[in-house]
Amino acid sequence: MATQTAQPGGIAARDEGLATQIRVAVPERSLRSDLRAVSIVWRREMIRFRRDRLRAVTSLIQPLLFLLVLGTGLSSLARGSMPPGVNFKTFIFPGVLAMSVLFTAVFSAASIVWDREFGFLREMLVAPVSRAAIVVGKCLGGATIATFQGIVMLALAGLAGVPYNPVLFLILIGELLLLSFTITAFGVMMAARITQFQAFMALTQMLVMPLFFLSGALYPLSGLPGWLSVLTRIDPLTYVVGPMRHAVFSHLNINPVFLAHLSPGITWAGWIVPIWLSLAIVAAMGLAMLGVAIAEFSKPE
Amino acid sequence: MATQASAEGAGAPAPAGAPGNRGAAALEAPPPAVVVFGLTKSYGDIEAVRGIDFEVAAGETFGFLGPNGAGKSTTIKILCTLARPTTGRASVAGHDVVSERDAVRRNIGLVFQDTTLDNYLTGAQNLRFHAELYAVPSAAVEPRMKQVLDMVGLWDRRDSLVSTYSGGMQRRLEIARGLLHAPHVLFLDEPTVGLDPQTRSSIWEYINDLKRREDITIFLTTHYMDEAEHCDRIAIIDHGKIVAIDTPEALKASVGKDRVQIQTADDAASIRELADLFGIEAAIHEGAVTFSVESGEQFVPQLFARLSVPIRSVSVSRPSLDDVFMSYTGTTIRDAEASGTDHMRQMAARFRGRR
Repeated sequence: MATQTAQPGGIAARDEGLATQIRVAVPERSLRSDLRAVSIVWRREMIRFRRDRLRAVTSLIQPLLFLLVLGTGLSSLARGSMPPGVNFKTFIFPGVLAMSVLFTAVFSAASIVWDREFGFLREMLVAPVSRAAIVVGKCLGGATIATFQGIVMLALAGLAGVPYNPVLFLILIGELLLLSFTITAFGVMMAARITQFQAFMALTQMLVMPLFFLSGALYPLSGLPGWLSVLTRIDPLTYVVGPMRHAVFSHLNINPVFLAHLSPGITWAGWIVPIWLSLAIVAAMGLAMLGVAIAEFSKPE
Repeated sequence: MATQASAEGAGAPAPAGAPGNRGAAALEAPPPAVVVFGLTKSYGDIEAVRGIDFEVAAGETFGFLGPNGAGKSTTIKILCTLARPTTGRASVAGHDVVSERDAVRRNIGLVFQDTTLDNYLTGAQNLRFHAELYAVPSAAVEPRMKQVLDMVGLWDRRDSLVSTYSGGMQRRLEIARGLLHAPHVLFLDEPTVGLDPQTRSSIWEYINDLKRREDITIFLTTHYMDEAEHCDRIAIIDHGKIVAIDTPEALKASVGKDRVQIQTADDAASIRELADLFGIEAAIHEGAVTFSVESGEQFVPQLFARLSVPIRSVSVSRPSLDDVFMSYTGTTIRDAEASGTDHMRQMAARFRGRR
């Protein structure tokens, strides 16, 4: 038992017991370790989403109801105001895409509340990484899942008479990603303060439905009464639905008169907000809410 | 030139010595793993911790014993950087818990009272998550995972969802996870709360095994007296203050003598001899010659060597930690818990566990 003397200059092995001691030194916090944290938080969201197939299916039901049932049902009513060859379903398709993303993104953010109730949030919050890394990982995870759900809906474009055009799809996917990120950031920001799952779901549902109905997802933004016109301009979702509808309609062959009525663009007191500004507004809001969420989660107890 | 040389000379050995907690410093007394000085914590009007001081030596197993609501969990939260002290200082593994929060976090492992596992992930995925979050060097992740999972006997179940684990297995997985990044100090907050007695004792087997295998300081809280016996030293905390701190043996010795009972061939003769040889007053209780001595363990060999009457059996009983707790706080731990300072949650957890 003279093994004690054979100390091989601090190599990571000890002869105590049968197992060799694996020496692990946790490195100082760095950008790299924060990126690893972002990545693993994101990957966990993916694993959980893969396991939860029921959620993937159920969150498609509501948008499908809107598209197929409401869309078909209202088609006959809306026929007069639609150009030939364009269905009401085509008109609401961008709104339905936004809707599928909206609910999924909020639900993804709810997982933070869930994690808190089941204790796992604590495992993340005591780790030697910045809280920002965890919040960013969560937001990116939620955004990825929500975008994926949006893409599944997008695959059904044919049902709404939207052409399978690769450029159109790329634009729409980009816009869905932006929307998903912003909505998840919003949800995560809410989750920082609301610690009970029921309360979170109740409050977000209360906010999500008005967001959806005021976004112009189901009706054109032109010719609205003043009060509704103002409300639609306040709703951030408007600034994604508008550009998405613009993208869809610019890939259809439509008489400009109809186009001006159905997809008039968002106006502020008569001034047409350019597409890029619309999207920049949404991105800025997403980043601002992400910032608030990071600040909230970084507060010590 | 001279100043530069001396500056470098003074600077150079410091970084080499600083991380040498385990290597170089082992030659001398290593620095304490935990130092707490004048620590207080108030939540509004409630003073949860009212000025405590103690040190935990490196490699020690240190227990915080006290009823629920005594300030154990608050103290552990401060040491784990989850709460800030109101006044006072604390350092863990040589780092201040307020100003060097990240450094403390890198060097500690945590097992909370309530489970903090993701039930929808497998055991291995939970550990993988932890390894990435703690930036464990990629090459070390797999072997280290195998090692800690082997240690708690869960290697074969690593690919099962945590939701299929029993309560004891979940706790073991949490211990494995707490060890994954090879912390200097492992904090176990009520590691066996809510578990049945058999599972509790198996958890303790794993913890004792861990003490042998890993170069680690263990800091735990408990309100089970029998668990405090596993500790090298314990601090009894009551109403936010430390009322006693020492080894379990010394604490028990401080409250009273050991009781020795012997059965002999001739009880009357042995009582006489005990008085003559040792100056001990003995009497017959429960059918045996009974007397009290300071340290029964040390006394018994002398007894056998010098008593001429044949001894048939000996039993030595110690004052229990219950007696210790009683003598320092004036109440039993169960009475203290029933007095209403408990968290309902903890009560509920234990209630569930007992069923």
